[in-house]
Amino acid sequence: MENTINITLKVWRQRGPKEKGFFETFDLKNISTDMSFLEMMDVLNEQLVAEGKEPVVFDHDCREGICGMCSMFINGHPHGPDEDVTTCQLHMRKFKDGETITVEPWRSAGFPVIRDLMVDRNAFDKIMQAGGYVSVNTGGIPDANAIPIPKPIADEAMDAASCIGCGACVAACKNGSAMLFVSAKVSQLALLPQGKVEAAARAKKMVAKMDELGFGNCTNTRACEAECPKNVSITNIARLNREFLCAKIKD
Amino acid sequence: MTTIDSKIPQGELKDKWTNYKNHQKLVNPANKRKLDVIVVGTGLAGASAAASLGALGFNVLNFCIQDSPRRAHSIAAQGGINAAKNYQNDGDSVYRLFYDTIKGGDYRAREANVYRLAEVSNSIIDQCVAQGVPFAREYGGLLDNRSFGGAQVSRTFYAKGQTGQQLLLGAYSALSREVNRGSVKLYTRYEMLDVVIIEGRARGIIARNLVTGQIERFFGHAVVLGTGGYGNTFFLSTNAMGSNGSAAIQVYKKGAYFANPCYAQIHPTCIPVHGDIQSKLTLMSESLRNDGRIWVPKKKEDAEALQKGRKTANDIPDEDRDFYLERRYPAFGNLVPRDVASRAAKERCDAGFGVNNTGLAVFLDFKYAIQRLGKDVVAARYGNLFQMYEKITDQNPYETPMMIYPAIHYTMGGLWVDYELQTSIKGLFAIGEANFSDHGANRLGASALMQGLADGYFVLPYTIQNYLADQIQVPRMSTDLPEFQAAEKEVNDKIAKLMSIKGKRSVDSIHKELGLVMWDFVGMARTKESLETAMNKIKALKKEFWSNVFIPGEANSLNTELEKALRLSDFLEIGYLMAIDAYNREESCGGHFRSEYQTEEGEALRQDDKFSYVACWHYQGEDKDPELLKEPLDYEFTERKTRNYKE
Ligand SMILES: Cc1cc2nc3c(=O)[nH]c(=O)nc-3n(C[C@H](O)[C@H](O)[C@H](O)COP(=O)(O)OP(=O)(O)OC[C@H]3O[C@@H](n4cnc5c(N)ncnc54)[C@H](O)[C@@H]3O)c2cc1C
Ligand code: SF4
Ligand code: FES
Repeated sequence: MENTINITLKVWRQRGPKEKGFFETFDLKNISTDMSFLEMMDVLNEQLVAEGKEPVVFDHDCREGICGMCSMFINGHPHGPDEDVTTCQLHMRKFKDGETITVEPWRSAGFPVIRDLMVDRNAFDKIMQAGGYVSVNTGGIPDANAIPIPKPIADEAMDAASCIGCGACVAACKNGSAMLFVSAKVSQLALLPQGKVEAAARAKKMVAKMDELGFGNCTNTRACEAECPKNVSITNIARLNREFLCAKIKD
Repeated sequence: MTTIDSKIPQGELKDKWTNYKNHQKLVNPANKRKLDVIVVGTGLAGASAAASLGALGFNVLNFCIQDSPRRAHSIAAQGGINAAKNYQNDGDSVYRLFYDTIKGGDYRAREANVYRLAEVSNSIIDQCVAQGVPFAREYGGLLDNRSFGGAQVSRTFYAKGQTGQQLLLGAYSALSREVNRGSVKLYTRYEMLDVVIIEGRARGIIARNLVTGQIERFFGHAVVLGTGGYGNTFFLSTNAMGSNGSAAIQVYKKGAYFANPCYAQIHPTCIPVHGDIQSKLTLMSESLRNDGRIWVPKKKEDAEALQKGRKTANDIPDEDRDFYLERRYPAFGNLVPRDVASRAAKERCDAGFGVNNTGLAVFLDFKYAIQRLGKDVVAARYGNLFQMYEKITDQNPYETPMMIYPAIHYTMGGLWVDYELQTSIKGLFAIGEANFSDHGANRLGASALMQGLADGYFVLPYTIQNYLADQIQVPRMSTDLPEFQAAEKEVNDKIAKLMSIKGKRSVDSIHKELGLVMWDFVGMARTKESLETAMNKIKALKKEFWSNVFIPGEANSLNTELEKALRLSDFLEIGYLMAIDAYNREESCGGHFRSEYQTEEGEALRQDDKFSYVACWHYQGEDKDPELLKEPLDYEFTERKTRNYKE
C-alpha cells in the first residue's frame, strides 16, 4: 500500500555567509509517505536540476542517524517534528497531505551559514581540540581488562558518548548554548577511570573554548534535551558544572 | 613480465612481524619534524594513522570530505570489532583468529598479512579502552563479547549498536589532541582529485576546497590513502552517500595496481528496497543473527499470500516455516558467513519463496529470542536497531518479524599494497578499506574495524618509517614545480570538460542506471554472459555520461552536483574493473560467485590450481583494457580446504 501526499515546501536559500537569505517556495506532488525527508529533498533537487537550476544545498552523509551531518530546522524544530530522530531518519509519513513545510538551516552565532541549509560547525571541532580527549599516545597501554569498570558506569558513559555532534542542541537553544554537546563529552570521559585524571582541566578548557567561540550561556531552558536526537540528558550539564567548579577551586 | 614483490618477511608465520620490526629502518625524533605526511581520510584507518603519526612527531596534513573528521563513514559501523583476547576462555587465540579470517576469506588472502592482523588485534582493544571508548561490560566490570558470523568463539567487542561510532570518536579524540599540539593540520571539506608524482614517487596531492571550489596543491614526503571502499558503485548500498572510489582510481591511473576489484561483499541483513526514489540501503547489524532466526515459508502458496498481503508472518505456523540456514548449515546455523547467508536468501527468493510485496525479502524473527530471553534482554541488546527499523519501515520488530534482503556493503578489493601497505607507487600507501589487504575474497563481520585500526595504529606507523628513513635528506618541495602544475591542469581540464557538456541527464539518473547494471549483472551471481553484458553496458553508459550529463552552477564555487559527477566518472571506471576482474576469475570464491562454478549443493567452487593469485590490474590508458598481473598466493602454513559450515 503506497500512500502519497502533495506538499508545499518553503526552503531557505542563501548564497553565502554574508549574503541575504530568503524563502523559496516549491510545490511537490505525489510524495510517497515511505520516503525519508532527505529523499523528498532529492526529488526536489532532481526537479531543479531538470529545470537547469542549482539544487538546494544541504549536509548529509550516512542517512541513518549516526554521522550527525544532516541538519535541517523543519517547522520550527531541529530535525523536524518526530521524536528521537535526525533529519535523515524523518519520514514523510509524519506529514499531512496539503501541508506547508518550512525548512531552515541551524541558526546560531556559532554556526554561520555556508549556503542554503548548510552551516559551518567547525566550532565543535575546535572545542574538542581544546580538551575532548584522554592524553595517551598510541601503544604501550596496559591490558584492556586491567581496570574493571562497573557496568552502570560504563553504560552511563556510553549514553553520554552517543552524542553525534549534530548541533541540534545549539539550534534549539534561545541562547545558542553548546552546553549539552560539551557536557556529553566531559561526562563520558569523567565517568571512566581512564578519563578521570584530566576531568577538571578538560572541563575548564572546553568551556573556555566554547565561550570564546561565541556560544551563549546555559539558562536551563531544557530545549536542548527535548530536541536532541540521541536523548543526551541534561544531567550531563550538572556533571560538567561540578567538574568545572572543581577546576575553579583548584585554581 | 613484471613480477610482483609483496615483501613478506622471512621466518615462521608467528615471527614475521617481529622480525620485520626488529630490522626495519626508523626515523629519529629530530628528523620526524622535517617530514610531511599527507593522510587522506579520517575514517578509522585515516584518523588512527594521522593521530599516531602526529604523536610520533611527523608533520601530518589530514584531509576529509565531510565537515568534521568525526563524520567519516566508519561512524556507521554497528556490530563490533574482533580481537583474539580470549577473555571468554572459549578457546580463542591469535592463531584461531588468523585461521578463521583466512578460511572466511576463502583462501584468497596473504597468510603473513592476516597473521599480523590477528597479532595486533589485542593492542587495539587496549588502545581504545585507554582513550575512553565505552565498550559494553559485564556485571563484574570486565569487557563483554558477542559472537559474529564465521566464528565459533565470542571475540567481538562492542559498544551497544554503535561500535564504529565509538571507535571513530576515540580516534577522532586522539586526532583532536594532535591538532591541538600542532602536529596535525586538518583540511575538512576538501576532496583529493589527484596524486602528484615526482621522479616516480608520490609527493603530494591536488585537492578541491569544497566550499570555495578552489583547486589547491599540497606537498608531502609520503601520501597515505585511507579513503574507504567503493561499494557505492552500485548506487544503492549501505555506505554513506559520500563514500567513493575516486582516490583509488586517480592513483590507479597513475600506475598503482588495483587488486581483486570483483571481491565485493553483499550483506545479508539489510532493509529491502522500497521504491525507485530510494537513496541508500540501511544495514541491520549482523549481530541480530545471534538471536534472530531467518526463515521463509515452506509452502509457495504461503509465500504468494504474504506477497499479496493476504497473510502476515504471524499467520504462518512454526511447522510451515523453513529456517533454511539452520537446515542447510547445522553447525553454524544463522551465523554462517555473509556471502553464504546472502546467496541462500537469493536462492530462496529466486525459487519463489521470498516475502514482501516484491518477493525479494526474507524474515528475521525475534519471536523465539523473546520467548527464550524475555523482551527486556532483547531490547537491551538490540533496542536501538529495532527503533531504527521501525522508523524506516513503520513496523514493530517486537511484534512482527523484520524483513531483510542482501545489499552491497563492503569491498574487499582495492589498491594493491605490499606487506608494508605501500602501493606499487613508491611513497604512496593505502590503509583500511581502501586497500585490498587482509580479507581475501570475503570479509568476516567485525573484521573491517579491526583491520582499519590495525593499519592505522599499529602497522603503518612502523612500515612508513622504513620508507621515510631514506627521505630525511629530501627537503620540502615547492608546489610550483612543473609536476604540481601539470597535475593541477589535468584536474582543471577534467572539470572544465564536465561543466561544458551541458547535456540532459542528472548525475544521479546515470548513477542509478550504473547501479542497476552492477546489481543485475555483477551482483550476487555472475556468469560469463552477464559480465560481457555488464562490460558493454558500462562502456555505453560511460559514453552517455561524458556526452549527456548536466551540471548546473559554476566550477569555482560550492557545487554539490559537480562533486557527485566527479565521483561518478570514477565509479564508471570501477564498475568496469569489477566486471572485467569477475569475468577473468573463472571460479567461485567468497563474495565472488560465478554460477558456472558451484557444487551440486550450490556452494562456491574454487579453482585453486588456476586462480590462487591476487589479480592486480595495471592501467594502460583511456579506453584500453588494463593489463592483468598476478601475485601468486602460496599457502605455506595452512592447508587449503573447501569451506564447510555444515559440520
Ligand atoms: C552500515 C555499515 C556497518 C558496518 N559495520 C561494521 C561492523 O560492525 N564491524 C566491522 O568491522 N565493519 C563494519 N563495517 C565496515 C567498516 O565500517 C568499514 O569498512 C570501515 O569503517 C572503513 O573505514 P576506512 O577508514 O577505511 O574508511 P571510511 O570510514 O570510509 O573513511 C573514508 C575517509 O576518506 C575520506 N575521503 C574519501 N575520498 C576522499 C577524497 N577523494 N578526498 C578527501 N577525503 C576523502 C572520507 O571523507 C573519509 O574521511 C560496516 C560498514 C557499514 C556500511
Ligand atoms: S547533544 Fe544531542 S543535539 Fe547536541 S550535538 Fe549531541 S546529539 Fe546533537
Ligand atoms: S545523514 Fe548522518 S545523521 Fe543524518
